[in-house]
This record gives sequence, C-alpha cells and structure tokens, in this order.
Amino acid sequence: MIRKLIRSARLQVAIIALLTAGFAYGNTTQQDSIPQKVEASESAHTEKAFNAGEMIIDHIVDAHEWHILTYNDFHLSIPLPVILIDNGKLVAFSASHFHHGHETYKGYKLMTEGENKGKIVKVLDDGSLDATAELPLDFSITKNVVSLFISLLLLCFVFISIANKYKKNPDVAPKGLQSMLEPLILFVRDDIAIPGIGKKNYARFMPFLLTVFFFIFFNNLLGLIPIFPGGANLTGNIAITLVLALFTFVITTFIGNKNYWLHIFNAPGVPWWLKFPIPLMPVVEFIGLITKPFVLMVRLFANITAGHIILLGFMSLIFIFGNMNVILGYGVSVFSIAFGVFMTMLELLVAFIQAYVFALLSSIYFGMAMEEHHHEEEHPTDH
Amino acid sequence: MQLVTPGIGLIFWMLVSFSLVMLILKVYAWTPIMKGIHQREDTIEKALEAANEAKKEMLQLKAGNEQLLRDAKDERDALMRDARKVKEAILEEARVKANEEAARIMENARENIQFEKMAAINDLKNQIASISIEIAEKLLGKELENKKQQQELTEKLLKDVKIN
Repeated sequence: MIRKLIRSARLQVAIIALLTAGFAYGNTTQQDSIPQKVEASESAHTEKAFNAGEMIIDHIVDAHEWHILTYNDFHLSIPLPVILIDNGKLVAFSASHFHHGHETYKGYKLMTEGENKGKIVKVLDDGSLDATAELPLDFSITKNVVSLFISLLLLCFVFISIANKYKKNPDVAPKGLQSMLEPLILFVRDDIAIPGIGKKNYARFMPFLLTVFFFIFFNNLLGLIPIFPGGANLTGNIAITLVLALFTFVITTFIGNKNYWLHIFNAPGVPWWLKFPIPLMPVVEFIGLITKPFVLMVRLFANITAGHIILLGFMSLIFIFGNMNVILGYGVSVFSIAFGVFMTMLELLVAFIQAYVFALLSSIYFGMAMEEHHHEEEHPTDH
Repeated sequence: MQLVTPGIGLIFWMLVSFSLVMLILKVYAWTPIMKGIHQREDTIEKALEAANEAKKEMLQLKAGNEQLLRDAKDERDALMRDARKVKEAILEEARVKANEEAARIMENARENIQFEKMAAINDLKNQIASISIEIAEKLLGKELENKKQQQELTEKLLKDVKIN
C-alpha cells in the first residue's frame, strides 16, 4: 500500500520531475487551449491526473496483482493466480490475463470502477456485463493472501528455529534472534496471559495468544515496509481481523463455564423484572457477547488502516501540490517526508500496541469466561 | 465499501492457513519454547537456592570450625591445668620425702654423737683414774724425801695434768 508512495518519495528526485513535468506539461497545454476553464475546474482536472482518495484506497485494499511501480505507461507488478468458484465450478487462471482490468478473460472481467470495483464479475460473450449473474466466489490468491502466506512462513521459520535452540540447550542464555524474541514471549506470558487468565489456566492459551500476538505484530511491521515482501495492508484488512476476532470469540464461547453463561442469561444482582417480562439484561449481555469480538475486529482494522491512510495522505500532498506547481511539489515533499517519517515511527509503536491490545483483550475475555464464582452478595430478589 | 467488506477468499485462506500455522507452531515452536523457558527458570531458581544453601552451609561450617577451635583450646587449657597439678603434687611429694630423709639423717648423726660422747667420757674417766694413780705413786715416792719438795712436785704435776 504505502510501498509505492514511499518508494516514489524516495525516488522522487528521479521520478517526480518526469511525472510532474509530464503533468505540468499536460496542464500547460490544457491551460493554453482552455485558459478560462482552468481556474474553475482546477480541482476537477487534478483529480483526473491524480486522485488522492482513489490512490489511497487502492493502496490499502486487496488486489489481484502485486503492484510494485508504475513509470509513465510501464506497470511493474506481479500477477497472482485467480481462483473462482462459479456455480460450483472451479475456475483458475492468472490475473495477468485481465491486463489490469482492461480485458475480459473466459467470461470474467476485473472491475476497475463502480460498485464492484476490484471484484471479478461475469461478462456476456459480447463483452457487456452480465447483470443477472451473481458474483463468482473469489478464492483468488490475492496480494493479501500472498502476504499472509509470506508472514506465516516467516512466523514458522523464526519460531521453529528458535524453538530448536531451546530444545538443544535450554539452560544456555539466549542469543541472537532468540534473545530478541524471548522478552516478547515472556511479555506475552507475564503481562498478557497470566494477568488476564490467571496462573492456573494460562498455559492452555499460550499457543493462541503467542500466535495472535506475533502474527499481528509481524504483519503490522511488514505493512510498514514499502517494498515487495512487505507492504500489504494485511492487519488493516477487515477479513483478517474478522478471522482473528472469530478465533477469540469461538474460544471464549467454548471455554465459557456455568458461571459465565449464568452471568449472561441470568445475571445475579439484577432485579427479576429486568429478566423475565422484559429480558433487557440478557439481551444487553448477549449483545455484549457479540460486541466484544466485533470491537476487537474493528479496532485493529481501523488503527492500522488509519495509520496507512495518514501516511499515504502525506505522500499524496506531494503529488497534489506537484500538479499545481513543480516547485511547490518539491517544497511540500520536505514536509511530507518529515511527517511521513514521524508517522512511520508512530506506526512502529502502534504496531506493537495493537498486537498487545488484541492479545491482552483476548486473554481477558478468556479469563472472564473461565472465572470461578466470585460474587458472594445476597440477592433477595433473585429466585 | 470495498474497505469494510470482508472478502470471502481472504477469510477462507486466513482461516485455513492461520489455523494450520497455529497448530504447527503449537507443536514445533510454542511447546518447546515454553518448556525451554520454564526449564531455564527452574534451573536458575534451583541454582539460586543451591547457592543460598551453600552459603548457609559455609556459615555453619565456619561456626563449627570456631567451636572446634574453642574446644581444642579448652582441652589444652584443661591439660595444662592437670599437668600443673601433677607437677605440684610431685614436687610436694619430693619435698616431704627429702624432709623425712633429712630428719632421719639428723637422728642418726645425733645418735652417733651421743655414742661417741659417751665413749669419750668413758675414756676420760679411765685416763683420770690412771693419771690419779700415777700422781698418787709419785706423791707417795717424793713424800718420803722432802716435804717441801713433795708439795712442789704435787703442784707441778697437777699443772701438767690436762684433762683431755
């Protein structure tokens, strides 16, 4: 997502001159031909040349190809496999056949605008959209899926390799990668799992909490790297955070003990009429059951996406101003990069905090679901 | 909308691959890592305990040594005291014996002296008797010649007599 723009910012000395000069040239010719329209439609024609909002969204959503850079008319991108399930039929081909959405292939088209932008739709033989057909189920190995696989492989590689060190000689002081990650593992154990779940039960949840913590942390960091293996906005994708929150929800639901469910459907200390004729409290508690994972999902998604949007926004400023005036573009780039560096630093912090918060809240929910009876107050209205 | 609409494909791949990786990591990474960390913590705890134990033992040992030293000193003192007593007893005994011996020797000497004295007196008595007889003889011889001379002679003889 941010990869292209940060890269562009880095290479701007080389590229910006050409890019903006091209735009500026285009603009001046336009200005020459239609001088009276320029002032009125300044924003309209910069939008045509460079639409910041569109660019930002394009960088933070999923894609069927891994775009690396665009240089005038040259697009460098890695095409990824498209896998569709269309009426129970499996269809697979390379996304390069779409030519970035310019062509149809096997009766499918990659939409570049409109409601279904970025999705693959069916087209009729004459090339027009098949309005009646449902969208095929898209199981493509998209940019985020590739990024997911890369990050999971990285997780496996890193942690299995340090696990081998622990297996070989557990009594030796940690070295290298092991000494870098051990404090984090201990952090997850001592500051996330044990305070949230308690010493008695925490060990069962360590694999999940460690995997979630490091998955989020690694992907947040990978998302900040603007070049190829990183740069996908994975933890800022709602499908990913949905699945992560789903895991927390499912585990919480399965481990919930009698006490936990009692508190939801028959909360002690609540007047009986709030339960039986008007089941307000059970409904509120039940909504709480759903909102907890929902908030987990939205928090991670929103935090990471927002960080990327801000960063991309700063970079967009360069091009917006560059389109008005080349010199202005250069001037603004200094501030944009300064703010970009600042934001990236902040995002490094956020990368850790969000991983911490997700794992901590998950562990607190697990702890709540397994809490033994602790309310000893008398409830005369109860029963 | 695209931003907040979860894609079915990504959900599917995420569910499958994340579950798989979680299982793989559980078996091949988290379990050995947690076990290793736990084991190391145990080892460190035990080592600390052992160090404390050793320190305590050292202190005990030191106290034991001091006790031993004190005992040895006491024993030495006791031995010295005994030795002194024995020495004094021996000396006392020796003195007593010496006194007794001296007394015995003195007694013997006194007896000898008494004996010798008695012998000397007896001898003297005998000599006086014989001298008296001689004087009497001579007196008797002279008396016959001169009365005066007789007198002189008696006196002269008496002068010569030395009671020895």
